[in-house]
Amino acid sequence: MLDELYQEIILDHYRHPRGRGELEPPKITQEGFNPSCGDEVILDLRLEDGRISDIRFHGRGCSISQASASMLTEAVKGKTLAEAHALIQQVLAMVKGEAEGDPDALGDIVALAGVRNFPVRVKCATLAWHTLEEALRNAE
Amino acid sequence: MATTLTIDASEIRRQFPFFQPHPEMRSVIYLDNAATTQKPYSVIEAVSNFWAHHNANVHRGGHGAGARASELYEAARERVARFLNAREPAEIVFTRGTTEAINLVASSWGEAFVKAGDEIIVTEMEHHANLLPWMRLAEKQGATLKVWRITDDGRLNLDDLRALLTERTRLVAVVHISNVLGVVNPVAEICRLTHAAGALCLVDAAQSVAHMPVDVQAIDCDFLAFSGHKAYGPTGIGALYAKRSLLEAMPPYQVGGGIVKTVSWDRLVWSEPPTKFEAGTPPIGEAIGLHAALDFIDSIGRETIEAYEHELTRYALERLQEVPGLRLFGPVPDRAGIFAFMLEDIHPHDIATVLDARDIAIRSGLHCAHPLGERLGGSTARASLAIYNDTAHIDALIEGLHEVRKVFGYAG
Repeated sequence: MLDELYQEIILDHYRHPRGRGELEPPKITQEGFNPSCGDEVILDLRLEDGRISDIRFHGRGCSISQASASMLTEAVKGKTLAEAHALIQQVLAMVKGEAEGDPDALGDIVALAGVRNFPVRVKCATLAWHTLEEALRNAE
Repeated sequence: MATTLTIDASEIRRQFPFFQPHPEMRSVIYLDNAATTQKPYSVIEAVSNFWAHHNANVHRGGHGAGARASELYEAARERVARFLNAREPAEIVFTRGTTEAINLVASSWGEAFVKAGDEIIVTEMEHHANLLPWMRLAEKQGATLKVWRITDDGRLNLDDLRALLTERTRLVAVVHISNVLGVVNPVAEICRLTHAAGALCLVDAAQSVAHMPVDVQAIDCDFLAFSGHKAYGPTGIGALYAKRSLLEAMPPYQVGGGIVKTVSWDRLVWSEPPTKFEAGTPPIGEAIGLHAALDFIDSIGRETIEAYEHELTRYALERLQEVPGLRLFGPVPDRAGIFAFMLEDIHPHDIATVLDARDIAIRSGLHCAHPLGERLGGSTARASLAIYNDTAHIDALIEGLHEVRKVFGYAG
């Protein structure tokens, strides 16, 4: 079961995060915190013509929260807001065990499904996605 | 290591239902005692017996059951007073726990006696329970909050306190045993210095009362707070000890039923302490459970507990040093059985998850002491001992930490 949580793809995103860093202004910054364990994900993003034209993350936290943020930046860059919203809902449903993840649509992100069996870790996996949801809500 | 441990922990564990086989629960090596301890049968039975057979409100009804409930409740207060060596039961106010006890002092004593320009000293290692009430009070009153910094090995230097104390100092708030560093602070010496400067001293004893003798007269503190649930008792009950003269001078905290001698539209006379501070129906069953918990502790004896946990701590320190890449916080070897650490650059939450998969319960995070966490460089993993732990539990923890290293790609 531990193998499902700490899949190689997750550890790879943790050790070699994609999209880690900050953007130069103009940008939207949204902070996300998980106060019980100290996880922190800060998203920097830029919206152009109804799309997420660029996105980066920084912060600190456990392997799951940081790998999830890394996957998020890869997945949503270039997406329209409607596409991003749909993806967020799909990922949250998968992580919470409410729906199966579609490997074609989600790619690497399906590896996050392993947290289902670790209820205390679900919040780590969802942190970046909830933070993006909030960033988009504030931008609209 | 040859150990001549003074206690047979397996014998103690037999007194706890949590450690007995259960058809739906896996057996857990419980090393999260600084968060809360497990409860012995005697506590659960005392609480259950009260609800089943003696339930009535206290200090109210004109009937026998009410009188019996009042007797049991006041016997619990008397037990706490004896446990702490207070001068009299009237120096013990029941609260929901340490947090409420300190909030009571900050609201009642603080707002009455701390004025603009006064100073309150808190240590850098305080739990939020003994930090946020003082931050808020300082802001409200226009007082200054001064921080007593820790040394690099996680101790308090008394010379630093001497430098901080001034004639404007009203209170020094200090933790007895840090819930992160495991350091045992010299609270009697701190009280002596504080009194010499004309200020009062509050001791947060949440992590100490179940692990060592605590004598409020020997410490000579003005206030001391603790929680039942970290001392084998129920949640929702704790106590504030305060010198009687202070309780008499302090206004009530919450107001309502049970705390007045007389009320009319033009006259209001508060009850004597401690009743004055216990508005509303108190947690009666929980107080009775606390009584049983203190009986449990003293049935073993606090000197014996301290000696046993000290031995276990020395063993744990030795074995933790064997784990490559492990950085332990707090002083060595003189400390209590609370071990906060980092391992390589593996996040503490991941450490806890791998251990949890092996049925070993520890805590990870900032342990409600964010400013201290900042000083230490972030979240830590924390294992903490109680009287029912033994060397086999430490061995399992060490083996688990080697497994953590393996999962995250560190060579054995």
